[in-house]
Amino acid sequence: MTVETASSSAPTAARPAVVNDFSITVGTINGTGSQTSNLTLLRALFKMGIPVSGKNLFPSNIQGMPTWYTIRVNKDGFIARRDEHEIVVSMNPATVDDDLAEVLPGGVFIYADHLRPRAMRDDVTVYTMPARKLAKESGAPPKLRDYVANMVYVGVLAHLLGIDLDAIREALSYHFHGKAKATELNFGVVQKAAAWAAENLTKQDPYRVEPMNATRGMILADGNSALAWGALFGGLQFLSWYPITPASSVAETINEYIPKLRKDPVTGKNTVASIQAEDELAAINMAIGAGWAGLRAMTSTSGPGISLMTEAVGLAYYAEVPVVLVNVQRTGPSTGLPTRTQQGDITFTYFLSHGDTEHIMLFPGNINEAFEFGWRALNIAERLQAPVFLMSDLDLGMNHWMGRPFEYPEEIDRGKVLWEDDLKRLAEEGRRWCRYEDVDGDGVPYRTVMGNRYPGAAYFTRGTGHDECARYSEDPEVWVRVNQRIKKKYHDGRKYLPQPVVDTMDGAQVGIIAYGSTDPAIVEARHYLLHDHDMPTDYLRIRAVPFHDQVRDFLAAHAKVYVVEANRDGQMAQLLRMTYPELATRIVSHSRSDGLPLTAEWVVAGIQEA
Amino acid sequence: MARTNAIGLTKADYKGAPTTLCQGCGHNSILSQIIASLFEMNVRPEDVVKFSGIGCSSKAPTYMLSRSFGFNGLHGRMPALATGALVADRTIKGIGMSGDGDTASIGMGHFKHVIRRNVPFVYIVANNGVYGLTKGQFSATADQGLYLKRQGENPYMPIDICMEALASNATFVARTFAGDPKQVKTLLKAAFHHKGLAVIDIISPCVTFNNRPESRYSYEWAKDHEAALHQIDFVPPEEEIWLGEGLEPGEVRDIRLHDGSTIILKQVDEDYDPTDRFGAIKAIEESYAQNVLLTGLLYIDPEAPNIYDILDLPDEPLNRLPTDRLRPSAEALEAINAGLFHA
Repeated sequence: MTVETASSSAPTAARPAVVNDFSITVGTINGTGSQTSNLTLLRALFKMGIPVSGKNLFPSNIQGMPTWYTIRVNKDGFIARRDEHEIVVSMNPATVDDDLAEVLPGGVFIYADHLRPRAMRDDVTVYTMPARKLAKESGAPPKLRDYVANMVYVGVLAHLLGIDLDAIREALSYHFHGKAKATELNFGVVQKAAAWAAENLTKQDPYRVEPMNATRGMILADGNSALAWGALFGGLQFLSWYPITPASSVAETINEYIPKLRKDPVTGKNTVASIQAEDELAAINMAIGAGWAGLRAMTSTSGPGISLMTEAVGLAYYAEVPVVLVNVQRTGPSTGLPTRTQQGDITFTYFLSHGDTEHIMLFPGNINEAFEFGWRALNIAERLQAPVFLMSDLDLGMNHWMGRPFEYPEEIDRGKVLWEDDLKRLAEEGRRWCRYEDVDGDGVPYRTVMGNRYPGAAYFTRGTGHDECARYSEDPEVWVRVNQRIKKKYHDGRKYLPQPVVDTMDGAQVGIIAYGSTDPAIVEARHYLLHDHDMPTDYLRIRAVPFHDQVRDFLAAHAKVYVVEANRDGQMAQLLRMTYPELATRIVSHSRSDGLPLTAEWVVAGIQEA
Repeated sequence: MARTNAIGLTKADYKGAPTTLCQGCGHNSILSQIIASLFEMNVRPEDVVKFSGIGCSSKAPTYMLSRSFGFNGLHGRMPALATGALVADRTIKGIGMSGDGDTASIGMGHFKHVIRRNVPFVYIVANNGVYGLTKGQFSATADQGLYLKRQGENPYMPIDICMEALASNATFVARTFAGDPKQVKTLLKAAFHHKGLAVIDIISPCVTFNNRPESRYSYEWAKDHEAALHQIDFVPPEEEIWLGEGLEPGEVRDIRLHDGSTIILKQVDEDYDPTDRFGAIKAIEESYAQNVLLTGLLYIDPEAPNIYDILDLPDEPLNRLPTDRLRPSAEALEAINAGLFHA
């Protein structure tokens, strides 16, 4: 066993312990099951009560390419991505040298002993582990050996950091749905590896974990699943979708849970129709057909799919058809970085379609909002008879986040739909009904839906010019009138959209505006700005576009407002400057697009320098 | 007094806005037969829904059934639009009105996939080999060598709608000619009773841009070259089946549809079997060699599961389910929460 420990070195013997505050990055080969090991580590740490986040940096590939997983452990609850890695584990011969280079000076490098690094650094603590040997000794069948070899680093880290083995066992049992055989096979490897480490490695680094009480009552889930459950609990009736990273698991989760959640209590039949379409053109047109016919309809996709849906979105806007479009954003333009994140579809979506349009966008900032907006988007779409864009992203959608247990939705709102009885009552009152007439003065007309057999209920829906009674019209005055009424609908309809979240600090002069999954980076950055730079800040997190008046008030209340976002051009800043030209000079755009979630350090640097 | 049908409606109750299509356009004749078939089958216009894409064919739904819901959507996307809508209410009869540009070019993908899903509606392709609304460009069904003013000669091979339908496992494939109203009407009736998607390719001459006598899409050519596979009769479910006068049993073939109605085919080609998919493909191939327009019911599979079966939807309209049947219980959410990994 001396061979395995020969390269351990001790540059930091007398350093004080670093407890519950570091990042671990594991470099593996995709398709070898390393995700099981990584999630096991994440869950075990979470189970110990320590705040954690896990970010998967994966290639657009099925098998054989490098992939990295970063777990951040932070006692203060900061869970944004960091650029620094205190502990790096390498299981990939192709990346071992790069992985070594990633370790912070004074950090830890752990690698499988079949890897051959070209040179070793003397400013890091190095441990090697006999991953293949222990996998072979585990008794696992040969085809599973790569898989269980990844459990070796779980065991070694458990020993070195002090991760509770019972918590690891619980995490494995959860992962394998309580199946004892798979759990014990993997846990056996973890135990053996931990025992091997205890016997053969001399702990020479300062990093360790200690149980805390900071995650009690919380859950771990990914945003795509949360959104899918939200939609199912919100009375979703129709889903059409086409496979695309990073959105596919929204639809896959819905499909998985239809039999569990949406069998009709009366007939035992499905109350959700889910169709995998032939392309995104079909997906959106199906959803529009369903929304028009009175179903709560959704399609889920990413930016390239939204590009394809553009023409149909214009139809839904002008024909006033309720439909929800989930956009789990990835890095664009073009095919871009399909497995990396971005908030890059903001201006594009806002103006989507030829002609004059504006669109409603919702921005969930955590898994609880992903769940909530999953059902709320359906209510808003039906209330306003409009397409609603639910703007998630890869980081929120595909990574595991801590959150509170999901809360049961508010009442289902079907909006202004008239059925036979309603039309009968109107007729008795001597009132007429016309599809696009603004009866209530809020810009939202009443609609009937296909299947309503009452005389006069039927109307002809078209994307061509039409008057208040849905008749074909090329009359300029009619065109102006109908389109101004639609504009009013979007303006007045803001009251149905989620309000921004504002957090203030005493004495703050500077404002920060952000949205969506960057929230953890902003929260952490404000902490550093206050404590390290003596700069208190106010923070407004946008949760919907078109903007509520609070956004304008926030801009007006601060001489300088940084708009922080994960895209190249500062797209939300563009929309804000356009919407509030009189306040535009207060806006400083701080934006970046490299495919990765924002870090607090980057946020701080931009706010410091400008 | 205008004649009324069994539900007390006159043909006027099935009419739409006055047509703006060209005088003599085959599409007008198709509209008349849709109206006639629904009138004669005693279908209430309120029980019908119309869908279309873009083009002359797709304008047509405005000119019929003003008491029916209708949605004139995007170019080529009618099949997807109809799929989403029809899921909402399985008690309604759907008509999708498309053309050769809408179906065989921009919407070809959706055409093939709506067939795979066997969505129950009557998919009419008013096929004239030419883009009319944009003033006379070749469509994908135009014959190779066809000459059109401004376009010159068409160098490309045509797409055959019925062949494409058969290749995609369509469960009802028919071809007819707008100038043969009796056959159009009978096929429409059978199509309305079909359990799944019924594709009817109707050669519908464009009198303005493609009606030269040598064109396969002209009245003159089609009249001279139409070769009917069989004479068709259709018996709705509520009527006794009557085999017609003078037919020998051996000459007649009955096809029972799932709702109890029957299509009666009097064979012209003696051993044509419309339940033989390969035979249908062969017959179309042979019609090319013989330079004839083969019409009639080419293929039918009356029992194939449709999209309602596949999606396992309730019999009652999905869009009328009360909200309490659309939402899982609070306990179900507790179970989801409990099933998540928690600290």
